[in-house]
Amino acid sequence: MTTQAEHRMPATTAAAPAEAGLLPSAEPVRFLDDDGGPAPDDAHGRFERPPTELLRRAYDAMVLGRRFDAQATALTKQGRLAVYPSSRGQEAGEIGAVLALRETDWLFPTYRDTMSLIGRGIDPVEALTLLRGSWHCGYDPVATRTAPQCTPLATHAPHAVGLAYAARRRGEDTVALVLIGDGGTSEGDFHEALNFAAVFHAPVVFLVQNNGYAISVPLSRQTAAPSLAHKGVGYGVRSERVDGNDPLAVLAVLTDAVESARAGGGPVLVEAHTYRVEPHTNADDDGRYRDHDEVEAWKRRDPITRLEAHLRSRGELTDDDVSAAREAAETFAADVRARLSDEPAGDPADLFAHVYAEPTPQLREQATWLAEELAR
Amino acid sequence: MTVTMGKALNAALRDAMREDDSVLMFGEDVGALGGVFRVTDGLTAEFGDDRCFDTPLAEAGIVGLAVGMAMNGFRPVVEMQFDAFAYPAFEQIASHVAKMRNRTRGAIGLPMVIRVPYAGGIGGVEHHSDSSEAYYAHTPGLKVVTPATVADAYSLLREAIADPDPVVFMEAKKLYWAKDEVTLPVTTEPFGTAVVRREGSDATLVAYGPAVPVALEAAEAAAADGRSLEVVDLRTLVPFDDATVAASVRRTGRCVVVAEATGFAGVSAEIAARVQERCFHSLWAPVLRVTGWDVPFPPPVLEKYQLPGVDRILDTVDRLQWDDVPDPRFLAGSR
Ligand SMILES: Cc1ncc(C[n+]2csc(CCOP(=O)(O)OP(=O)(O)O)c2C)c(N)n1
Ligand SMILES: [Mg+2]
Repeated sequence: MTTQAEHRMPATTAAAPAEAGLLPSAEPVRFLDDDGGPAPDDAHGRFERPPTELLRRAYDAMVLGRRFDAQATALTKQGRLAVYPSSRGQEAGEIGAVLALRETDWLFPTYRDTMSLIGRGIDPVEALTLLRGSWHCGYDPVATRTAPQCTPLATHAPHAVGLAYAARRRGEDTVALVLIGDGGTSEGDFHEALNFAAVFHAPVVFLVQNNGYAISVPLSRQTAAPSLAHKGVGYGVRSERVDGNDPLAVLAVLTDAVESARAGGGPVLVEAHTYRVEPHTNADDDGRYRDHDEVEAWKRRDPITRLEAHLRSRGELTDDDVSAAREAAETFAADVRARLSDEPAGDPADLFAHVYAEPTPQLREQATWLAEELAR
Repeated sequence: MTVTMGKALNAALRDAMREDDSVLMFGEDVGALGGVFRVTDGLTAEFGDDRCFDTPLAEAGIVGLAVGMAMNGFRPVVEMQFDAFAYPAFEQIASHVAKMRNRTRGAIGLPMVIRVPYAGGIGGVEHHSDSSEAYYAHTPGLKVVTPATVADAYSLLREAIADPDPVVFMEAKKLYWAKDEVTLPVTTEPFGTAVVRREGSDATLVAYGPAVPVALEAAEAAAADGRSLEVVDLRTLVPFDDATVAASVRRTGRCVVVAEATGFAGVSAEIAARVQERCFHSLWAPVLRVTGWDVPFPPPVLEKYQLPGVDRILDTVDRLQWDDVPDPRFLAGSR
C-alpha cells in the first residue's frame, strides 16, 4: 500500500479497457452437456478438465452428501432437527468448494451449506448441532478451519476478507472461500466485502451459488445485472460464471480461483448457476411461487448423474465403484440416524459460559439466581 | 505534564502498538490525516501503512474486516468517524462481534476495539452528536467503556486493547480537548470499577462520560449552597460496578443519575432501576434522572437546552424529598 495520495486523470487512450481480464465469460463455463456428454470445446475456455482422481473423490463425496442431505431432511420431518435447509441439487458447488481447498484454507459457510461441512470431514452430529436447535456451531472452527455457519445474509463475507488478509499479512498462504446465495448478493455486506477484498488484495474466493431463489423471490427481482458474476467487475474483482450442476466445470474454475488467490492474484468471484430442488427449508411451501415443471426440468440436469455418466463413459467409474459409493453413503446415513435419536440436552449453565472470556459480575449473579430457581 | 484526552488516547494507541505488533489501527481518514479528531495522529508515520491504515468508506466492512483479522491473530482497533456513522456497522456488531465467542463455544474470541466518538456539546450538525451507548450496552457480549478523565482515557484504552473480548470504546467528543496533569503511561482502576470522584454526604450523583465534569461542577456549586454531593464516575457501563454505586447511595440515601443520552429506555434508566433494587431501604427519595429530552439530538442553536447542565442538576437535587412533600412534577394529573 502507499501512503501518498495518487489521484491521476484516467487514461483515455488505453489499448485494452480496464475491465479486460475481470469480466466473466458470456456463457457459464461447462465441460458437460445436460446429460453428461461432452460440451463443445469452446464452452470451457482456458480451463482444464480436473484430474480423474479429483473427480472420483468428488463423485463419492457428492453421493455421500446427497444421502446425508436426504437423511437430514427426513430427521427434520421427524422433529429431530429444528430446521434444515436442503442443498439437494447443489452438490457440485457444496463439494467442489471444499475439494478446491487445502486443509489449511478456511471455509465460510451459510446455513445452506451443511453438506460442505460434511465434505470437509466435520462430524455430522457436530455439523448438525446448530440446526438441531443449539446456539453454537457444534464443531471447533479453528481446528476445522471452518467458520460457524452464517445466517445473517452475507455478513460473513467481510470476515473471510479479514481472515484472508490477516493470513497474507502473517506470511501464510491461506485462502478463504466464502459461500453466498443469490439473494445474499443484494446485501450491502457482500459489496463491501468485494470492495475491501479488491482494495486489500486479499486471497478470497467468493462462491455465489445462484440457485434461482431467495426463499420465494426469484433472481429477476434480486438484480437487473447481466449476471451476478458481473458484480465483481465494478470492484476490480476477477469474475467467472460456471454451470453449477457440472462438477467438472465447478472444480476446474474453483481450483483455478483458489490457486490464483493463493499465488497473489487477488480475490475471485465465481457465480455457479444451479437450482434449489427442495423447498427453502422444511417449513417452506414452494408451490406458492414456482412450477413443478421448472423443478423437474432442473432435476434432469442433475450434477451426480452427469458426473456419473461422464466417468462411466471414460471407463473411470465401474458398477462396483457406484455400489461402493452408495453403500458408504448408507452406512454414513445410518450412523447419523442412530446418533441423532436422543433429544439434545441443554445445560442451563451453558447460558452464561461463553458470553465473555470471564463472566461479568452481573452474569455470575444471574447464573446463581437461575441455579437457585432450578434447585427449588 | 498537561495532557488532553485526545493526546492521551493517541499515546495509548502508540504505546499498545509499540508493545504488540498484532495491534492494528484502521478506519476512515485515520492514516495521513490522523483521524478527524487527530486521535491517530502520527501512527502511520511511526508504524507504517500496514499498522495504521485508511480503509474504503464502509463501516460494516471496517468492522467485518476487523472480525476476520481478530479471528486470525490480530488485535484490531477501528475508528468509527462519528457516533451516528457507526450505525451501518450495527449488524456486524450485534450479530457477530458480540456473539462470536458464544457461537463458537469459546473457540473464537474477538480481541478488538471499536472506538466511537460520541455525544454532543461541540455544536455538531445533525448526525454528529448521538449518544449511542445504550445500543451497545444492551447487547450482551460487548464491553462498553466510557472514560471521563484524561488518565482513564489512556488506561482504559490500553485495557480495552488488551482485553480478550470486544470493547466498544466511547469517546466523548467534547472531552477530547479536556486537559489534566497526568504522567503517561498511567494505570487507573480496572474495568468494572466505578470511582468516587468527589465525596459527599447528602446525595449521590451517578454519571459517566461527558456527564461527569458537569456533575462535578454541580457538586461544587451545591457545596457553595451548603449541600454535600457525592459524584460517582461509572467509567465502564459493561461491566457495571453495582457495589460502588450502591455503597455510595446507601451512605447518602439519595441519588440522581446524570447522563447526556435520551432518558427513555436508556442507560440512565438501567442505573436508576439497579439503585432502587439494591438501596430501597436506604433511600429517602425516589431515584431521579437528569438526561437529554427524548428528542433527536438538536442542532447547535438548541443544544444548550438538551445537555444536562448545572442548573438542571441542582433543580433535580432540590426535588429529592428534603421536606418530604410529593414531587409536584409527578403529582396525579400532571402525568
Ligand atoms: C440479513 C438477513 N435478512 C433476511 C434473512 C432471512 N432469510 C434467510 S434465508 C433467506 C433467503 C436467502 O436466499 P439466498 O441468498 O439466495 O440463499 P439460499 O437460501 O437460496 O441458499 C432469507 C431472506 C436473513 N437470514 N438475513
Ligand atoms: Mg438462492
